[in-house]
Amino acid sequence: MDLIALLNGLFFDYTLRTVALGAAVLGIVSGALGSFAVLRKQSLLGDAMSHAALPGVVLAFLLTRSKAPLVLVLGALIAGWLATLWLMSIVNRTRIKEDGALALVLSVFFGFGLVLLTYTQRLPDARQAGLDQFLFGQAAALLQRDVVTMAILSTLALTLLAVFWKEFKLLSFDREFGASLGFPMGLLDILLTTLLVLAIVIGLQAVGVVLMSAMVVAPAAAARQWTDRLGVMVVLSAIFGAAAGVSGAVISSLGQGFSTGPTVVLAASAIVLISILFASNRGLVWNWVRHQRSRRRLQLENVLTNLHLLASQHTDATHGHSIEVLRAMSARRGGVARSLAVLKERGLVEKVGDNLWALTSEGIAAAQKVIQERGFEPLPSSILDGQSRAPEGDGGGAE
Amino acid sequence: MSGFQIEIQLIALVTAIACALPGAFLVLRRMAMMSDAISHTVLLGIVVGFFVVEDLSSPWLIFGAAVVGVLTVSLVALLQRTRLVKEDAAIGLVFPALFSIAVILITRYAGSVHLDIDAVLIGEIAFAPFDRFAPFGTDIGPRGLYVMGAILLLNLSLILLFYKELKISTFDPGLAATLGFAPGLIHYGLMSVVSVTVVGAFDIVGSILVVALMVAPPISAYLLTDHLPRMLGLSVLFGALSALSGFWLATLLDASIAGSMASMAGLIFAVVFLFAPDRGLVAAARRRERQRWYFAQSMLVIHLLNHEGLPEADRENRIEHLHDHLRWHPGFADRVVRKAEERNWVIRLNGRLALTQPGREHARQAIIR
Amino acid sequence: MNAIEVTDLTVAYKDKPVLWDIDLEVPEGILMAIVGPNGAGKTTLLKAILGLMKPAAGQVLIYGKPYEQQRRLVGYVPQRGSVDWDFPTTVLDVVMMGRYGSLGWIRRPGRREHDQAMEALEKVGMVEFAGRQISQLSGGQQQRVFLARALVQDSQIYFMDEPFQGVDAITERAIVALLQELRQAGKTVVVVHHDLPTVPEYFDWVTLLNVRRIASGPIEQVFSEENLRLTYGGRVAFLRDRSTEPDSPDAVLGAGEALSGHSSISKREG
Repeated sequence: MDLIALLNGLFFDYTLRTVALGAAVLGIVSGALGSFAVLRKQSLLGDAMSHAALPGVVLAFLLTRSKAPLVLVLGALIAGWLATLWLMSIVNRTRIKEDGALALVLSVFFGFGLVLLTYTQRLPDARQAGLDQFLFGQAAALLQRDVVTMAILSTLALTLLAVFWKEFKLLSFDREFGASLGFPMGLLDILLTTLLVLAIVIGLQAVGVVLMSAMVVAPAAAARQWTDRLGVMVVLSAIFGAAAGVSGAVISSLGQGFSTGPTVVLAASAIVLISILFASNRGLVWNWVRHQRSRRRLQLENVLTNLHLLASQHTDATHGHSIEVLRAMSARRGGVARSLAVLKERGLVEKVGDNLWALTSEGIAAAQKVIQERGFEPLPSSILDGQSRAPEGDGGGAE
Repeated sequence: MSGFQIEIQLIALVTAIACALPGAFLVLRRMAMMSDAISHTVLLGIVVGFFVVEDLSSPWLIFGAAVVGVLTVSLVALLQRTRLVKEDAAIGLVFPALFSIAVILITRYAGSVHLDIDAVLIGEIAFAPFDRFAPFGTDIGPRGLYVMGAILLLNLSLILLFYKELKISTFDPGLAATLGFAPGLIHYGLMSVVSVTVVGAFDIVGSILVVALMVAPPISAYLLTDHLPRMLGLSVLFGALSALSGFWLATLLDASIAGSMASMAGLIFAVVFLFAPDRGLVAAARRRERQRWYFAQSMLVIHLLNHEGLPEADRENRIEHLHDHLRWHPGFADRVVRKAEERNWVIRLNGRLALTQPGREHARQAIIR
Repeated sequence: MNAIEVTDLTVAYKDKPVLWDIDLEVPEGILMAIVGPNGAGKTTLLKAILGLMKPAAGQVLIYGKPYEQQRRLVGYVPQRGSVDWDFPTTVLDVVMMGRYGSLGWIRRPGRREHDQAMEALEKVGMVEFAGRQISQLSGGQQQRVFLARALVQDSQIYFMDEPFQGVDAITERAIVALLQELRQAGKTVVVVHHDLPTVPEYFDWVTLLNVRRIASGPIEQVFSEENLRLTYGGRVAFLRDRSTEPDSPDAVLGAGEALSGHSSISKREG
């Protein structure tokens, strides 16, 4: 597929443009608000609220006979809100833990929604309310007016987020301290949760129930890997969300049987994976590399100091020692040969015979420096007697 | 009742019970949301299994599902171990990704085959009787019944067999490990059972509602008892009730049977939530009310005891003073005093309150444990 | 006028009494420790005074007025373990949170707050750490950050919850020096303290607490063996029903949790 054609399509193809825009809006708002959800350990709330919204949507339709996005969003919002209230009530007043309450509210609300939906579908004048759409979103069928609604609601949510930024930061980090300052933390909690539900509800149209939970978690989890500052994390999360949204829309439009919702989610998941592996500082790959590097350095130093120790027992510092002895002295047999090779390259050791190695004068100096750094005196030779499985002195061990 | 209706109810019953059993342990182990995760990711197992054997009714699909269930749990554990992601976030990352892969595989490669995603998620038990199980050409009932029945038997026997291990590893994993019960193995075993159950039930109630049947009845039971066997029994009972009442509700409304089952399970929970003795909201409110009065009376006598014999006693022991000092509303203070009088803890003398001997006793006892 | 006046304060938590009938008069400009065994209600006392917990009875006056009207005069250092130190924020950011109260709603911290925060960090010796992510801090450093946050509130009265818990010796000395400086400046400092031996060394006043107030006053008068025995050696005071009333809520206010023998499930509730 031609890049030019793709970009062309992005700007001039009405459907693709609308879908991409909608997905981007969704990505931004769920990324931003999802950051707070993840930090407050409410990651699965997104999943629960998405499912719980179903009865709200159906009831809104039943009562108003309108499928205007705003109406349905309102219904979803109220249902999500009620679900959250019930959830809090269960967790606070009984011994049921959060996971159980989440699963309960999620499935019961959804089941109830299903009853309403199938009941509605039997009604003579109800057109297909389309469960498919609710489950998987109908990103491909987004209309411009839908995207406009999404954008307006998102702007509202993000504005509130910005306005109450420091209050929300306080709420998420140290709720009690905030209360001691006089801020009504309970109300702020409700407000922030409502914004989250709003974000979820906005996205339901595009990616549907199941996948909305990912959009609240993935961009934020990815962003966390790259920064330690809340503001940067939220912005980054929004960007990741938008990126996932747009790429999902674009890939999907290539018409190879990739429906938009799942593709967006996979794009977001890929971003998370890359972040976890490669992000500066925390990334797993860098960790592994760092670990390997320090291990190798430690080995080098050990071989160096072991040679020094051996040498200090002989009056002749240039006396060679076999590699087998060195291996016996190391914690790990492997890698001694490689360390020796590196040390030779640096001019710190030299081969003085068949498999015999000795320190050069630079090597002696270097070894002493390491010993000093480590903070102890070179071991007295008597120690070696007690420790050794190595052959006395040296004499050509096989390599 | 028609033959079909009987069969449907039977299937619903068996499904609900098969779900309630492992569900109880999920709830106790705080892994309820894992069931939600697995219920979505089994789709991947089904799809992959389908690609391999090209037969929707093959038992290999169940095997594939079990594998994916374990895979889900493993991936979540792996993610958590990196410490870069918190526990709940790990779950929220893994299952949508796996689910999306499944959906894309379906829409891309299996479009021509009837692997309807709706059906996986929602199921339709009403059609179950149409799918007959006919070994050797004799129709002995709907296939769904036999599949779920087998799963029920499997779950039941595994629980009976490993009851001890399950119990200990749920409440004290450390102890279980020292006793050699390999809690890790039990954990994955349980997750496999859950996966198998989910797949078995998916075309009856759909995987999302399996969650309702796995979680709601045990949670209701949990509010009613501390006793594990009783909790299991109650879970089964509530599951069965949800199944049957759900069926009749659906018949009444002409709506989704699975949805009705979940709704009834939720209703049962709501009732228990409100009215459970001891742990229900109503009982708690009543208890709080009783305590409020008892508490206030105790505070009264302790307050009196504290100031007894001291110069300000005269002032402190006046009834009017209670209003300021203890921050009690006059009406409230009056009632407390009256109740304390009824208990014979205090008596009124010239507008002042004095402790009786029993009152003083109580106040003293309250001060020392 | 006393800096802090507590009268008849009673607090119940989940229907069990945690603080009973507490009377306290704290004059201005002293360094006071609150000590008592575990579960004695020390943290609860702090929280009740700060309005973080609703008392069942009693009242709190700060310089003669209710706490809600005097928030500006009070600074708070909560326990270190009460926050998640993995939160993405820097040291400076945390300290600036101390100014949020005076900023009020919506207004963002600016240059002035930044400078005030840096000043506070200076006082606790953490200036070089201003841009550091809080997850990289040691226990002692975290404690200092919390202290700086309270300092920046520029209050008259400071409440601290176990500030010496789990900090290194150097930090401990630095904190004590800081507290004494505050006292020198006429502030009142109330500290929930867990380490008895250091009480006479660090503090002027002490309140001995065990659900009820055992004693409160200057160290020389109050910190006696007798009082300590009453606080620690005696049993914890709380309401216990001796079943003399047939219809009293027996199991309800009973001693401790009811751990029934067969309740394998409730054991998890611990």
